[in-house]
Amino acid sequence: MGSLGLREVWRFAWRGITANRMRSSLTVLGVLIGVSSVIVLTAVGTGSAVSVQQSIQKLGTNSIVVSSLGGGRFSRSANSNSKPLTVRDAVALNDAVKAPDVKSAAPVLQAQGATCTYGNLASSPQSVIGTWPSYFEASNSPVDKGTYWTADDVVAGRPVGVIGSTVASDLFGTDNPVGQVIRCHGQSITVVGVMKTKGTTGFQDADSIVISPITFIQRSMSGYGSIGSIQVEATGPTTTTAAMGEVTSIMDAQHKIKAGGTADYRVLNQASILQSSSQSGHTLTVLLAVVAAISLLVGGIGITNIMLVSVTERTREIGIRKAIGAPKSAILSQFLIEAMLLSLLGGTSGVLLGLGISHFTILGVKPVVSLSSVLLAFIVSALVGLIFGGWPANRAASLRPIEALRYE
Amino acid sequence: MAVGDSASKSLVVKVEDVTKVYGAGETAVHALRGVSLEIEQGEFVAIMGASGSGKSTLMNILGCLDIPSAGDYWIRNLNVADLDEEQLSVVRSQLIGFVFQSFNLIPRTSAASNIELPLAYQGISLSKRRERAREALAAVGLSDRGKHEPHELSGGQQQRVAIARALVTKPAMLLADEPTGALDTQSTQEILELLHDINRGGSTVIVITHEEEVARAARRMIRLRDGHVVEDVKWVA
Repeated sequence: MGSLGLREVWRFAWRGITANRMRSSLTVLGVLIGVSSVIVLTAVGTGSAVSVQQSIQKLGTNSIVVSSLGGGRFSRSANSNSKPLTVRDAVALNDAVKAPDVKSAAPVLQAQGATCTYGNLASSPQSVIGTWPSYFEASNSPVDKGTYWTADDVVAGRPVGVIGSTVASDLFGTDNPVGQVIRCHGQSITVVGVMKTKGTTGFQDADSIVISPITFIQRSMSGYGSIGSIQVEATGPTTTTAAMGEVTSIMDAQHKIKAGGTADYRVLNQASILQSSSQSGHTLTVLLAVVAAISLLVGGIGITNIMLVSVTERTREIGIRKAIGAPKSAILSQFLIEAMLLSLLGGTSGVLLGLGISHFTILGVKPVVSLSSVLLAFIVSALVGLIFGGWPANRAASLRPIEALRYE
Repeated sequence: MAVGDSASKSLVVKVEDVTKVYGAGETAVHALRGVSLEIEQGEFVAIMGASGSGKSTLMNILGCLDIPSAGDYWIRNLNVADLDEEQLSVVRSQLIGFVFQSFNLIPRTSAASNIELPLAYQGISLSKRRERAREALAAVGLSDRGKHEPHELSGGQQQRVAIARALVTKPAMLLADEPTGALDTQSTQEILELLHDINRGGSTVIVITHEEEVARAARRMIRLRDGHVVEDVKWVA
C-alpha cells in the first residue's frame, strides 16, 4: 500500500498555511495574545503576592508587639483597673523559663512632637523612641552607617541615638551624621548610627525616627511612668504563635487578669496583619488567571474557526486529492499538522512575548513568571488547536470524493 | 499490478445491473436504472447522453468517486463493493486516472507539483517523482510549463496538465468527464488528439461527452437515456 512520507504531509500543511498568510497570521496572533496574557497576568498576580511576602519579611515574621489598651500614658482610662505597660512588664517577658520561645523583649517609650535640629537645619521625626538594644533586632532595624548603642549606654543613660534615614537626610544631607551631636527636645544627642532605609508604609514613614536608650529618654523627656509598647522577638518564624501564647500568660500574671477576664493590653503579630492582605493578593492572582484563561480560550476558538473555514473552503481540494488517490489518513494529518503548526507558532511566540513583557515592572509590580503557567498556556493552546482543528478535518476527510468535489 | 486473470479477453471494467438512487421516498431520483457493460483493455469508449441521462453518475461510479446503490462493479478482477475506504484510495491511486471538465488542479501549486501529487500519495521518492512528472509533462507537450501555477496557464494547457496528472501513475484506465466541455475548438482538437495518442499507446480511455465530435474520436459509443444503456456501437477508426 502506498504510504505518504511524513515530510510530504508537512510540506502540504506548510503550503496550506502560507497560502493564506493574512488569515494564518491573525490566527497565530490570537493564540499569541492568549498565551502571553496568561503568562503576564499570572506573573503580575504572583509578583504582587511576592512583594507582599517580602514586606512581611521586612517587618520580621518573628516580631510581636504588646501594646496597652488603656491608650497613651497621659490618657485617663475610664476603667480604673486598667494598668499601663511598664518597664517591669518588659523585664518579666525576658524569662527563659516561662517564655522559652521569646528571644527578647524591649520596652518602647515614645516621645512625640519632638523637633530635632543640627545647626540651622530641622527635622520633626514622627517618633523619638527610648528602648533597649534588643529592639533593633526585634524590629528588624539594621544600621547602614555607624553602629548601635549598647546595653552599657542604657545603664549609664548616655545621650546617644541611632537615627532613621529621613532624619539623617533632613539634618545632614549627604554628609555622614555619625559622631555629630543633634539637639532634640532641648537635649543633645550624639548620633552613633544611621538606620538602613525601611520605606514608607501608608502615611507612616519608618525612617523618620530617633532611637535612644530608654533611660536617657525617661530622664530627659518623658519621666519614669508607663511605656507605650513592648517589642518582642520570637526565636523563629515557626515559634511566633507559641511566643504569643507565652507573652499573653506572662502579661496576664503581670496585670492580674483572671482567666476569662478582659485584658488591658493587646498582643499583635504584625506579620499576621500582612498575611491577610496577602490573601487578597492571592485572590487577585486567581482573578487575573481567569481573565487570562478566557483570552486563551478565545485564541483557541480562533484556531477552531480558522480550521473550520479552511477545511470548508478547501473541501473541493480535498475531493480532488481523494480522487487522485489520497488516503483519508493523509488528508487528516495534513490538516492536523496545519492546526498544530498554527497553534505552536502562536504558542511559542506568545511564550517569548510573555517572558519579554514580564521583564518590565507593570503597575508597580515586578512580575514573577511561573513555569507552570508557561507550560499550561502552551499545552492548552496546542491541544485546543489539535482537538478543534482535528474535528472539521476529520469530517472533511471522511467525505466521499464525489461529495467533496460537488461542494461549492 | 494484478492484471485481470480469468477471462480470455482482459476486462478492465465490468458493470452488472448497477443502479443509483439519490434521495429517498417520493423525491428519490433514479440516476441509473440497471446498467450493465464491459470494457476491455485498450478500448476508447465515449459515453454519451443528454444531461440527466445518468452518464456523469456512471462515470463517478467507474472512477470510485461514488458507490452504486445496487449492482456490482469490477475493476480488473476487484469487486469494488468489497473494498474499504483505505483500499478504495489505493484503487483510485493505482488503477484510475481521472480528468475533470473543470480541470480540478490544486490552486497555488505548480503544474509539476500537481502532476507529482498522485505519486506522492503512492509514497514514491522525490527524485523519481520529479523524473516521472517531467516525462508526463513532455508527453502532453508542456515541458516548459512545469513551474507555472494553474492560473498562469490557458484552459487547454490546464487540461493537458490534468491529463498528465492522470497518466503519471500509469493507471489501468483514463476516465475523462467532459474533458473538452470548457475549451475552445482549437484546444478541443488538441486534447482529442492527445487522448487518441494515449489510447494508441495501449491505455484504456473512457470519455464522457455530449458532443458528437468528441464521440467520433472514440471507437465505441455507449449512449445512455434515463439511466439505461440504449445504444452500444463499435467501429473501426
